[in-house]
Amino acid sequence: METIETFQGLWFVLIFLLLAGYSLLDGFDLGVGALLPVLGRSAEDKDTLIASIGPVWDGNEVWLITAGGALFAAFPHAYATAFSGFYPAMMLVLFALIFRAVSMEFRALDPSRAGWWEKALICGSLGAAFLFGVALGNIIYGVPLDEHMEYAGDFITLLRPVPLLFGITGLFAVLLQGAAWAILKTDGALRDRAYRVAFVLLWGNVIASLAYFAVLAFTFSELAGRPLFYIAVGVSLVGWMGLHLSLRSRRDGRPLAASSLSFLGLWLAAGAAQFPHLIRASNVPDWGLTIFNSSTGLYTLQVMSVIGLAGMPVVIGYTIFVYRLFKGKAKADGHYDG
Amino acid sequence: MDALLLARIQFAFTIGFHILFPMMTLGTSLVILISETLYLVKKEETYRRITDFLARLLALVFVVGAASGIVMEFSFGTNWSGYSRAVGDIFGPLLAAEGVIAFFLESVFIGVLIFGRGRVSPRVYWMAALLVFVGGHLSAFWILVANSWMQTPAGYELDAAGKIVLASFREAVFNPSTVVRLLHTVLASWVTCAILISGIAGYYVRKGLHGEVAKTLLKIGILLFAVTPLLQLGAAHAHAIQVIDTQPVKAAAMEGHFETARGADVYVLGYVDETAEKTYGLAIPKGLSFLYNFDVNSEIRGLADYPKQEWPPLNLVFQSYHLMVTLGMLFIAAGLLGAFLLWRGKLYTSKAYLFILPFLIPLPHIAHEAGWVTAEVGRQPWIIYGLMKTSEAASVVVSKAEILFSLTMFGLIYSLLLVMFIVLFLRIVKTGPAA
Repeated sequence: METIETFQGLWFVLIFLLLAGYSLLDGFDLGVGALLPVLGRSAEDKDTLIASIGPVWDGNEVWLITAGGALFAAFPHAYATAFSGFYPAMMLVLFALIFRAVSMEFRALDPSRAGWWEKALICGSLGAAFLFGVALGNIIYGVPLDEHMEYAGDFITLLRPVPLLFGITGLFAVLLQGAAWAILKTDGALRDRAYRVAFVLLWGNVIASLAYFAVLAFTFSELAGRPLFYIAVGVSLVGWMGLHLSLRSRRDGRPLAASSLSFLGLWLAAGAAQFPHLIRASNVPDWGLTIFNSSTGLYTLQVMSVIGLAGMPVVIGYTIFVYRLFKGKAKADGHYDG
Repeated sequence: MDALLLARIQFAFTIGFHILFPMMTLGTSLVILISETLYLVKKEETYRRITDFLARLLALVFVVGAASGIVMEFSFGTNWSGYSRAVGDIFGPLLAAEGVIAFFLESVFIGVLIFGRGRVSPRVYWMAALLVFVGGHLSAFWILVANSWMQTPAGYELDAAGKIVLASFREAVFNPSTVVRLLHTVLASWVTCAILISGIAGYYVRKGLHGEVAKTLLKIGILLFAVTPLLQLGAAHAHAIQVIDTQPVKAAAMEGHFETARGADVYVLGYVDETAEKTYGLAIPKGLSFLYNFDVNSEIRGLADYPKQEWPPLNLVFQSYHLMVTLGMLFIAAGLLGAFLLWRGKLYTSKAYLFILPFLIPLPHIAHEAGWVTAEVGRQPWIIYGLMKTSEAASVVVSKAEILFSLTMFGLIYSLLLVMFIVLFLRIVKTGPAA
């Protein structure tokens, strides 16, 4: 089975896992950042919320950087087409991520302008979370391409209703991750508020996600014959039920796992719809990018497989180690304690 | 001004901004590793306070570096999609390897370094310091491999369709300029940080602040300041020889050297008249040939041997190279002077030397930016030396207006970040090492 198709398929799955991993991990960071005004009433609440993601968000963002690198290395045409084609949107993503990154540190060091940096954190987190979903919605739903794999639409093309629905669905999933993380990492009135917010978000998430599943099923008739799609919907359903139960029974550790499960269902459905496509062409289907016409050579894919399959388990191992170091409830003075 | 030039300006601006921060991160992680090792061995509070102080600085430096770094990874796709399509086989794996093997390690453990002091044992904390150091330097390795491959491509072949494909990963990684470029750049970072902490600690000592902690930090800083520029002299020399051997046009531009000659002169300072094709200035006769292989009569190829359309902008490359070299010499002198004062027991009382130290802090940044201009402008008109022109690499679907928009935004955002960085950095310095 040492054929190039095997490795092309493998890298579709690995990039899928990197993106899904990114969305679950940085998802709760972005969610906490976006929910800051809702969950954090007092300055102390906000300190606690930011302290809960402070030690881990950096590492979480590397999942995105690695996914980007892996896309470049395995499917450079998809990387080139999407990043250059969606240029203004990509720039907005970058600006959002820049402000999200610096705002937490700046806020801690610059208390007199803390309000500004909180706004930067909120807008950066919201913007990035929403735009990622819109971008993925576009490559799945399809965009106009030319015969040389170049994007042939404009900025408005990216804002069609279906990609916007994907954006909203992703945003709800991210917000839910954030609320679930806040439940896990905080205490007292702040945690109670996170429970109430999570309940509201759960319903928003269910409605948006059901619309998302329905649009996928109607758009791609082949999904009817793909078991993975049914599994995906099932996984989300189990996640929602778990969330509902754990929010009622108030067991702080459960909602994050359940929320992650429901998020994973969205990803599995996207994967079921997308394989083996990378960027669908909405005008001429044959001009679309697939794992077969967009990949690097067999040798590159093999080298990458060695690096990725040997390296990522180690990364996951020490990531778990560090999360365990910071387990337990976050404290408002978590910055530089010691 | 066309879209290509705007895209180049944007890349130069965004990477010129970004590089300021990794250059501080690497050196700082080294000093943290040194002080934390001393803390583990000697168990003296002084070293713990040094580590904690530097970890606060590192947190600020790292976050701006990470924020501006992700822009660079995106930029190959957003602005240089022609390049990305052409070199995905080789350049892509290098960026991906950087993520998997290096940046994860640095980013995950930096959280422990910044937030973990009260939570983990001294041993685990030391391990985090070590892993941040290792991760940061591995990051530098993979990024510099990627850059080196653009300068001296190796390990590739052209397939039947003329596409660049990977032939040997090992040869691509260890291409002719990888090792010397890595040494040169990492040492530049260590010099940058040696001067940074010497400047900060020098200020404290002169003002009589923070007692033993300031003196110990100054001692570490001055020892590094004495040693690293000297090591850099060796690495820089090896790098220059590699450029003469593998990128002769760039080397000739750096030296303003037009006619192939035996016994070529080296200019200490000067001016390259690009139209008259002549260099004026203060020259050491046969100096270039001597520096190349210690033979005053060795042959150095000149620009005239190569077609004019393959010349980079000559005076810019010449001047930035000479600025870097001049600053490097200044660092050697200033570092040795500090070591001499330390040896004679006069360092902590030498008001004049301590007064000057903080003013040196920006200079290594000017030096490494100048070095980067030398390397990258000197590579023009090629994006991959001898293989692909920069003009073939830009994204075809990105318009001039779009780049003008993004460039303006980067200009505004990065100005804000730089001002905030300096203000907050000074605030941390003013607070100083906590008791």
